[in-house]
Amino acid sequence: MTATAPAQPDLDDLPRTPTDDIVPALEVSRRPNPLQRLANVWRYRELLGNLTRKELKVKYKNSVLGFVWTLLNPALYLVVFSVVFAEVLRVQVPYYAIFFLSGLLVWNFFSTSLGSGTGSITMNAQLVQKVWFPREILPLAAIGAAIVHFFLQTTVLIAALVLFRRTPSLDYLPALPLAVIVLLILAAALAIALSAINVYLRDTEHLLELALLAWFWLSAIVYPYRLVAERLGPGREWWASLNPIIPIVLTFQRVLYNPRAVNMGWYINQPSDGSGSGTDPANRIADVQAPALIAHPLGWYISRLSVVGVVAVALFFGALWLFGRLEDDMAEEI
Amino acid sequence: MAHAVTIDSVSKMFKLARDKPKSAKERVIRAGRIDWEEFHALSDVSFDVDTGETLAMLGHNGSGKSTLLKCVAGTLRPTSGTITTRGRLAALLELGAGFHPDLTGRENVYLNGSILGFSKVQVDAIFDDVVEFAELHEFIDQQVKHFSSGMYARLGFAVAINVEPDILLVDEVLSVGDEAFQRKCIDRIRRMQRDGRTILVVSHATDTVRQICDRAVVLDHGRKIADGPPGESIRTFREALAARGVEVPLDAEEADHAPPVAIDPDTGQVPIVVSTETRPADPTATVKIRHVIPDYPDPEAGHLLPGQPLRLRIGYAATGLIDDVAFALEIFDERGTRLMGTTTDVLEQYIHAVDGEGEVVFAFEQVPLLDGRFPLTVAIHSHDGGTIYDEREFEDAIAVMNPGRTRGTVHFPAKIEHIFDF
Repeated sequence: MTATAPAQPDLDDLPRTPTDDIVPALEVSRRPNPLQRLANVWRYRELLGNLTRKELKVKYKNSVLGFVWTLLNPALYLVVFSVVFAEVLRVQVPYYAIFFLSGLLVWNFFSTSLGSGTGSITMNAQLVQKVWFPREILPLAAIGAAIVHFFLQTTVLIAALVLFRRTPSLDYLPALPLAVIVLLILAAALAIALSAINVYLRDTEHLLELALLAWFWLSAIVYPYRLVAERLGPGREWWASLNPIIPIVLTFQRVLYNPRAVNMGWYINQPSDGSGSGTDPANRIADVQAPALIAHPLGWYISRLSVVGVVAVALFFGALWLFGRLEDDMAEEI
Repeated sequence: MAHAVTIDSVSKMFKLARDKPKSAKERVIRAGRIDWEEFHALSDVSFDVDTGETLAMLGHNGSGKSTLLKCVAGTLRPTSGTITTRGRLAALLELGAGFHPDLTGRENVYLNGSILGFSKVQVDAIFDDVVEFAELHEFIDQQVKHFSSGMYARLGFAVAINVEPDILLVDEVLSVGDEAFQRKCIDRIRRMQRDGRTILVVSHATDTVRQICDRAVVLDHGRKIADGPPGESIRTFREALAARGVEVPLDAEEADHAPPVAIDPDTGQVPIVVSTETRPADPTATVKIRHVIPDYPDPEAGHLLPGQPLRLRIGYAATGLIDDVAFALEIFDERGTRLMGTTTDVLEQYIHAVDGEGEVVFAFEQVPLLDGRFPLTVAIHSHDGGTIYDEREFEDAIAVMNPGRTRGTVHFPAKIEHIFDF
């Protein structure tokens, strides 16, 4: 006579099993193709939103100034570069601050996206190891956070525009949304690819820092594009657009900075009558058309952006494909 | 019945570099000169899990059981083979869900909810249950990096079960938290079983496997070596371990065949047993029950008050050395319904041998009986129950006297609270 083990629960009056036949089977072991990956990201868009919010929250958790830092960064850049380039080096760009800010806006978005995107998988090792979700969401969330910063920084530019009483160019405005979209796709493509590579080769992050530094100085943000174009000459001007950021930066500068014919006479020439009154119509020099940029029609911008856009889309799908291959062992390697 | 999980000839191979280049520089310098070593974590494993089934995966460390669970969860992708799942899946891999240390408990619950496919509204609906289950009311708005590992695991488990997954994957999670929480987890898993949910467990704890699983699969070096009822699979698992020279942990049922030396729960020492080497067991010896005495806290009273402790002394007299012996006790009510039955083997507090006269005491911290006379059955038998040396049915009893006016048989200590809003 032995006492029995604990009794099994009564199995007779079970409620119906919830999964019978209704739920479609999911083959978890298959590697989704880039389009399916995109569809997965779309299904998990709410998670994307949450992770973006998390990204923002975590970034400024325990910091006193929080989002103010986002604004201080371009403000400080602005002051330093204005002093160095407009005052010391005397770069011939009127309203240098606005010129610089228009390009910096693009660059800040691009570099934050890549910077935080690259580390996004390794930083979230806890999540990646424990649960399944479309992992591209992590670099995409980094980009989501960068978008928020982008808009915050736009306020600095808008403030500057108001301060200097400048208006964006309406003629070139159609190119701006295209530039934003191309920038987004390009940043997403690179962030997705780099985030996966960084799992296996951790010094991608450090390499990226150097690459971004060089890239920044090659992107006609601090100096006017006109200098580049003049140096290359009309036949080879297209070489500049091999840097995909340049057409985007130029579009931003063209639309937001909106270089106009400016009368520079009042400070270049002293009034001839010695009145010291500031301007002298007689001494007025010819208007300098868009001294920072080369005068190109809207079509030129659109075509350059389109080419970059096509390349960016190709890169994007390539990145998704690469990500899918590298994803297999991510949870182990991380 | 539909299969909730189908695992079809799944293999997983890791390429391990003997000296792995961790940086691009090294990789460039040593390109083509890397010593790759193939490690087959899983080799051609196939089995199905039926909807509503609870399946355990057993195996030694490195047998591939966790890798397989990760493949089912989707965090790893197998090198070849297919895995198909039906229904929403929640996984608790290696102690707890994926939480972000810098976020608060609350934020993590919402984040985890959305990872498991819940909308904010849906998480709102289960949030209180999650906190309640995890017992983290005061801490839920703290960053989880300040959580203890137990709190972390509790919150992870609470989220995973409250999203009501169709398939729950659990890796060694049931072994964390205090005993009370473990019990709560087991209860909750039983409820999920009743609801027809599918559960995959990876565990070392064969007790737990036996307790909650319908079936167990054993992996050994990435191969499936057994698939069947938990008892059989556990035996195969043990044999595989023994073959590799690993100390075999034994538990109650296994002891039916080989009584182990257990540590005395009171002293923490291995009890001194008359060595069977110098004194061989006497096959003709037998043992009788001399007496069964309930030691009431108040010896004058001759009865017990509800909730009081009790020592039940069973005296024996053996004619020779017997090493295959266990003591059994059953408590009935007056109508003959068995209220409780256990043995020294079931309690895993083994009697190693008896010889001459002695006493075995069943000590109860408290007896949750209310009122009445409760007949006892006491027996002394061999580990497998094949030989019954002596048995006393319904001859002895314990008496409980209820000083209060609550009616019934069982003692439920109760306090009254009156929450009112006139």
